[in-house]
Parts: sequence; structure tokens; C-alpha cells
Amino acid sequence: MQVQLKVNGKAATLDVAPNTLLVQAIREQLRLTGTHVGCDTAQCGACTVLVDGHAIKSCNTLAAQHPGAEITTIEGIAAADGTMHPMQAAFKECHGLQCGFCTPGMVMSALDLCRQSPQASEGEIRDLLEGNICRCTGYQNIVKAVQQGQAAMARA
Amino acid sequence: MGASDFSKLPHIGEAIRRKEDYRFLTGAGQYTDDINLANQRVAVFVRSPHAHAAIRSIDASRAEAMPGVARVFTGKDVEGKMGGLPCGWLITSTDGTPMKEPPHPILAQGKVRYVGDHVAMVVADTLQQAKDAAEAVEVEYDVLPAVVRVEDAKKGPALHDAAPDNRCYKWAIGDKAQVDAAFAKAAHVTKLDLVNNRLVPNPLEPRAAIGSYNRASDEYTLYVSNQNPHVERLLMTAFVLGLPEHKVRVIAPDVGGGFGAKIYLYAEDVALTWAAKQLNCAIKWTCERSEAFLCDAHGRDHVSHAEMAMDQDGKFLALRVHTDANLGAYLSTFSTAVPTILYATLLAGQYTTPQVYCEVDAWFTNTAPVDAYRGAGRPEATYLLERLVTRCAWEMGLGQDEIRNRNFITQFPYQTPVALQYDTGDFHACMDKAKKLAEVEGFAARRKASEARGLKRGIGYSSYIEACGIAPSNIAGALGARAGLFECGEIRVHPTGSVTVFTGSHSHGQGHETSFAQVVAARLGIPIENVDVVHGDTGRVPFGMGTYGSRSISVGGAAIMRALDKIETKAKKIAAHLMEASDADIEFAGGEFTVKGTDKKIPFGQVALTAYVPHNYPLDKLEPGLNETAFYDPTNFTFPGGTYIAEVEVDPATGVVRIDRFTAVDDFGTIINPMIVEGQVHGGLAQGIGQALMEQCVYDRETGQLLTGSFMDYAMPRADDLPSFRLDTNATPCTHNPLGTKGCGEAGAIGSPPAVINAVLDALADLGVKDIDMPASPSRVWEAIQAAR
Repeated sequence: MQVQLKVNGKAATLDVAPNTLLVQAIREQLRLTGTHVGCDTAQCGACTVLVDGHAIKSCNTLAAQHPGAEITTIEGIAAADGTMHPMQAAFKECHGLQCGFCTPGMVMSALDLCRQSPQASEGEIRDLLEGNICRCTGYQNIVKAVQQGQAAMARA
Repeated sequence: MGASDFSKLPHIGEAIRRKEDYRFLTGAGQYTDDINLANQRVAVFVRSPHAHAAIRSIDASRAEAMPGVARVFTGKDVEGKMGGLPCGWLITSTDGTPMKEPPHPILAQGKVRYVGDHVAMVVADTLQQAKDAAEAVEVEYDVLPAVVRVEDAKKGPALHDAAPDNRCYKWAIGDKAQVDAAFAKAAHVTKLDLVNNRLVPNPLEPRAAIGSYNRASDEYTLYVSNQNPHVERLLMTAFVLGLPEHKVRVIAPDVGGGFGAKIYLYAEDVALTWAAKQLNCAIKWTCERSEAFLCDAHGRDHVSHAEMAMDQDGKFLALRVHTDANLGAYLSTFSTAVPTILYATLLAGQYTTPQVYCEVDAWFTNTAPVDAYRGAGRPEATYLLERLVTRCAWEMGLGQDEIRNRNFITQFPYQTPVALQYDTGDFHACMDKAKKLAEVEGFAARRKASEARGLKRGIGYSSYIEACGIAPSNIAGALGARAGLFECGEIRVHPTGSVTVFTGSHSHGQGHETSFAQVVAARLGIPIENVDVVHGDTGRVPFGMGTYGSRSISVGGAAIMRALDKIETKAKKIAAHLMEASDADIEFAGGEFTVKGTDKKIPFGQVALTAYVPHNYPLDKLEPGLNETAFYDPTNFTFPGGTYIAEVEVDPATGVVRIDRFTAVDDFGTIINPMIVEGQVHGGLAQGIGQALMEQCVYDRETGQLLTGSFMDYAMPRADDLPSFRLDTNATPCTHNPLGTKGCGEAGAIGSPPAVINAVLDALADLGVKDIDMPASPSRVWEAIQAAR
């Protein structure tokens, strides 16, 4: 079946099986491999993308459920000249990543978190990141990065 | 260049932001599953649903006839065509007999021995086709009784013909007679039984591999999520497939975390590589998380009894330990070294205990193979010793800090009674710094405030030491290692003065592309942007032993320093020629060559260009080019150490433990990039605190089924489970490597579990709770409180 999507600002028509997960469509058909699969139970959040501005776990929904949706993946948030989004820059500045595997999902969750709760405190940020597992960083620097990204986005 | 000169170089000790982050942050990282090759098929493994069973028959005919299926490989297909997976470390029992090393087949031969054991490999055009066909492989089993715990293995049915009593080895270290004599005249003996809980490493990227074969060149390429590609190639070619190494290239691209689980040679990697030639195609396998729980090597799983003999002042006289180690169903690559060489040799800890004796029995059970996980043996040793030391303090009526201060080693080098010689350290200084940073003097007031809210507050100490930078090849060989433990580094200076570094260590999150570049840039006096680091590819890097045991900078970095020594020596000769001076008069600093006592100078870039455009060059004495390789074999381990202090609040009504503050003061020797080092400590602490409070791999004792088989059942630490940490360091640089570094990757996971449990027990002491095993989950804590009432 055909599904029309707008992915990172570009229209895309996908020919998918009805049981194709959104993450499979993103990774395998669109070849946007920044979105990762870290588990099979929708627990880890490495596959998080924005659908119409809301963070969702793309391993837990079918591509066919989102006709006409605007999808934003990690590949779609930097400026056209490659300049990183303030949240990406904050992760680098605060050393909020190590192996980088959970990072795209973490950044996408952070963007939605800042949209929902622009004033979130450290405790609230920890709470709101509950859906994303990082095995490397111990989260401290991720929380710091989100705070810094939050401040930068508020200024922008 | 020596360690003290190195630490004074510009930018050493500076928190330079990571070069690798741009690609990870923009989705441009390339992990194995992101790669697709031409003519690629997909593999799915049929895994045993039983913990222990005889395979009566396998019928793959229906599966092989299904759409898209290329082949189903079973044990019969590989039998006699390849060896089994080798164990990399041979342990000899105390009675002189070699350890039992039963066959570890690539695909099961006659029997399966754990849930998840490899029974067949299905190769098809698509993942869905392979999965469907795997369902259609008909396997008839005769289910046999399973053993899960070591106490059951001792009297259970034999898993392997080669080990009729299920024991792999019975090993010991130390002088038993001397230890017994010390116990006989002790003023007080403290005893403790404890369990070091089995863990699943869970790097966030599941393992993945693509085996491929080129018929024209007769060459294999294996892409694999692995921590040490050369070792993978060595084991696969020399021990299993009998292929010449030059025909096999192993590439470990971006790797999404390892923590030990990706050190090993796994059956999947071999099967894919071998089958790629049989089917003349590339074959990809990506592990799913629930599959990873079954078939990745697990960590820890010790049951121990420990006793400390003391004089009337709480001075340690002797330590006696017996440990049963669960090795799982088969011997994973380094499994046998973990409860012996990497564990018992650390039992002296930071203390002057004159006598230590430790016996280790290692057992086979119907569980996934157990191997080194972050820290590997040292967390087990530290947990045992630091829990015991705190209990000694309580029984002797001393503070947790006081008993440690009374027993700390103060003279270096220090020879322990269990083989190791510590080169340097300052344990009192770490303790003092930690107490200050943790604001220990305010603890009593904080405890009172907690009590006013109905909560119990406790403080727990842990002073760990570990052995990193594994280690001299000759000593490792004498202790049973089948491999050398050196590292290799190549420095390729390009004509315009930029540099590519090829290192045998592998980065899977540790930031080598930055810290290694930092070392080279500082040493050559060039911008860090002019240095790139290549790792993880046997086709590009000369050789390497990979990354584990916090060895990368201390061993891999030292190899790079040796290669830089050679670069500097040759470059000075070129500079001497250009400036018409004697070699001996050339000095090199800040990226410039100067002639002693003159104002003559030329920059590094000019020397590099001269080496490649040798129009004015001593061609009669010197080869063109500026490219050097060094292999570095360390003369000793490095010994990071530190003191950790945990402060917890326990809700006695629910059993919930909250870490209120966590303080870690470490001695890592010279620090190259403090930002990266702090990040490593944070990650280690998260895993150690995870072990202490949450993580536990559970098998059903009767059936051997894995009960914690996904992130739904196995509690992984999340952002709201952890506090922000208070960190500091106190350096005593390593005395025997050219950087003075000691290694920081595992410290957090080693030092934190006993600190947390000691704090929980301190909190619950006046409720009568005397002991609790990890993980101190709410239900366990609550039950312990009820039982004590």
C-alpha cells in the first residue's frame, strides 16, 4: 500500500506492507539510519522521531497509521548548511553522549520536552526522559545538555 | 618522552569537545545494521527453547522450501568443517589438572545447554522470510533436567562429558597454611556470605554482523559490532575456521556500546562468515533485544563466603575467601580469567592485609555463558572486600572511614600477597577528599532531618583498587592467556603535516577519536583538527588487541607515544639536515624544530613536506617518508583507586531506596581530557548503582527459562533513578607508562555497588537488618525490614 509522508520537509511516497513499522519505513526505505532500534518492546526510545511535532517511538506504530504526517528525524533538525540545532550543539558541549546510539532518540525526545515544558526543572527533565534509555552516560550530562538546549531554544 | 613531561604539554588536561560527536548527533554515525552490501541476504537463528535437552531430530525441509529461503544450516552442516569457539584463558586447577574445556560448537551438536543455544541458521532474502522459515524448522527435543545455580550444579546432571561433576576448575591463590595460622591467633573474626548478582550488559546497540565473501579474491569481510576486531579475526581464523588471516578482514564500524559484551567471538559471527562463502553472498544478522538477553555473554554471578581476621585494633591480619563462580553453559572467550586472575588478585584491595587466601570453584550451568562485564572480576572483588570491611568496622565499633584509614597501604611500590605489585597511590588523600566533598560532617543533621520525615538515612563507604591496562604479555601468558596483551599504534604524517593515527584499540563511546588526537596534537604541537584517528578495521590498522579493561590510553596511548618517539627521532634528523646542524643539537617543542643555542627554527609541517618531497634530503642516510609503527607491551598493570561515599534515604514503609548524594574521588593518574573521564565515571556509576539497586538477571530455577528477557522485565537505570554525582580526582601518575595514565572506564562500576549497599545497611541498622544482597530492590528491602522485626 502507498503512504504519503512529509519527511524532514520533503514529500515522500512509500510503498509499504500493512505491517511495516514506521521505524522500518524510515530506516529501510528512506535510508535515514540515524533513527535506531535498541529494543523490541518500545522501552528504550532509540527510535524516537517527531510526528507532527510530537515525539513518538517509531518502533511502536505502523507507517500506514500516519498518512500525510510530517515526520522529523535526527537528520532533519540541523540547518541546511550543516550547523547543528541548538539542542544538538548542547549535547556536544555538555558531553551528553558517548557511543551515540541512543543519542538521536534522546535529542528528539529533548526537543518535544522543551516544547511541552520550556521551564522544566532538573527533576522534571529526568522524569520526562524516562522513556529513553542510555547505557553510557549515567544521564547527568544529558540532563545538563537538555537544560542548556532549553535555554538556547528559549533565546532563539 | 616521560610521563611528567607529557602531562605538561599544552592541551593535556583540557576538556576538548569530542571530534566524533557531529556524526553521532546528526544521524550520520554508521553502525553495523546501518550498512547494507550488494547481494545481501538475512540470517535468523533458530534457538533452543529448552535449557537442557537432547536434539532427537531436526527437519528443515519445509523451511528450505519456503519462499526466499536460500539454506538452513544445522549442526550437521558445520560438524567436522570448523572448530568450536575457543576459550582464551587456560586455568590450571590446584591439583595440577587443566581446566575442563568442553566443546563449544558453532551450531549445537546433539544437545542444547541453555535457552537461546544455537540450533540452526536460516538464510533468506528478507528478514520476514527468514523469520517465517525459522518458525518452520522442526526440532524434536528430549528435555533433560536443568541446573541453574551453582549449588544445583554440584549435585545435578552432567552438562558435558568432559566435566562429569560440572566443575570447570578448582583454583586457589595465596598461602592457606599462613592464613589459617593468622586466623588461629586473631582477636576477632568477621564473616560474611554474599551474592554478586548476575547482570546483562545491555549495550544499547544490539550485536549485529554481516559476513561477506568475494570469490574473485577469495577474501572474507566481516562487519561486526565488536570491541576488538583483530582478536575476533585471530580467534576466528586461527582457532575456528583455519583460514589465513590475510584473507579475512574484520571491520567494527561505529559500535553502540560494549561494556565487555562485545569483546567475545560469538557463534553467530563465525556462522555468517563461513556461510557467506557457501552461498556466495553477504549475510546480515541483527540481534533483537530479547534475543540479546538470551545469547549475549552475561556478567558477575558469584556466591562467596569471606572471613577477615583482625587484631584488637581492627588491623587486618588475614583474609580467607571461598567463591563459587557460575560460568554458564559454555566457556566464553575470557570467562575463566574473570573469577581467578581478574578477581582473586584484587582481594588485598587498598589494605596491608599480610595474608590472603582465596579458593575459586567454577561451574557449568544451563544458563547463557558468563564473561567479563564492565570491570570484570574487580567489581566482584571490591564488592566482597568493601562489604566485609564495613562489617568489620561495625563489629569492631569503628567508623567505616576509620577502619579503612587504619589499614591503608602507605608505602609504594607495594607487593600484595596475591601476586600484584601496586606502583603508586595515595589512599588517605582520596578518603580525605571524598569525606570533604560528601560533607560527611553534616551527615548526623541530615539523618535527623530524614527521621523527622519518617525516612531512614545511611552512609556507605567503599575504597576500591583495580588493575587496568592488562598487561605484560609474558605474565599474562604464564597465567594462562592464549593471546598477547600489547597494543599497536601507527603514526602516518602526511606531506602537508596533517596526521592520521591508526590504533589497535577500539572506540565504542570512549572518545578515542578525541583523546588520542589530543595526545598526538599536543606532542607534535599541531592543531587537533589536523589529526584523525582510525580504529576498528583489520584492513587499515596494522594490529591490535582492542578495548577492554580500561587499557586504551595506558596501553594503546603508550604505543602511540612510542611511535611518536620514532617520528620525533627521524624528524629531528631531517630538521638537522635542513638547518645544517648536528642531530644532537636539534630540539623539538611547540611544533617547531630549533637548533640549540641559535635562533634557527623550522616548523613541523616543513619537515613533513621535506620527507615526502625529498629534494633537499639526506637520501644517502635516511628513507623518505614520515610514517612509524610501534608495538607497546606494558611492564605492569596500572592501578586506579579511589574512595566512594553513598548517602541514601530508605522509606521503611515501601522499601524504596533513594540515593541522595553520591561522591566519587578517583586516582586515574594523568588525565588527558577531564570531560571524557568524568563521562566515563558517570556511566560506570550508573551501571554500578544499577547493579546495587535494580538490575538482576533471573532464570527460573526449575526450568532454566530466562525470566528477565526484555527491558520490560530487566530493570535498566533511567534518568530519574539516578542523582547527579559529586566527582573529584587525586592523581598519583602511573610510574611505568609514558603518559602516567591509569584508566578510568570501569572505576564507577567497581566502586559503587558496595558503597550503596553499605549505605542501605547503615540506614537500616537500627531496624535490625544485618544483611541484604543486591539488587536492593524495594521488595527485598521491605522484606528484610519485615524479617528483622
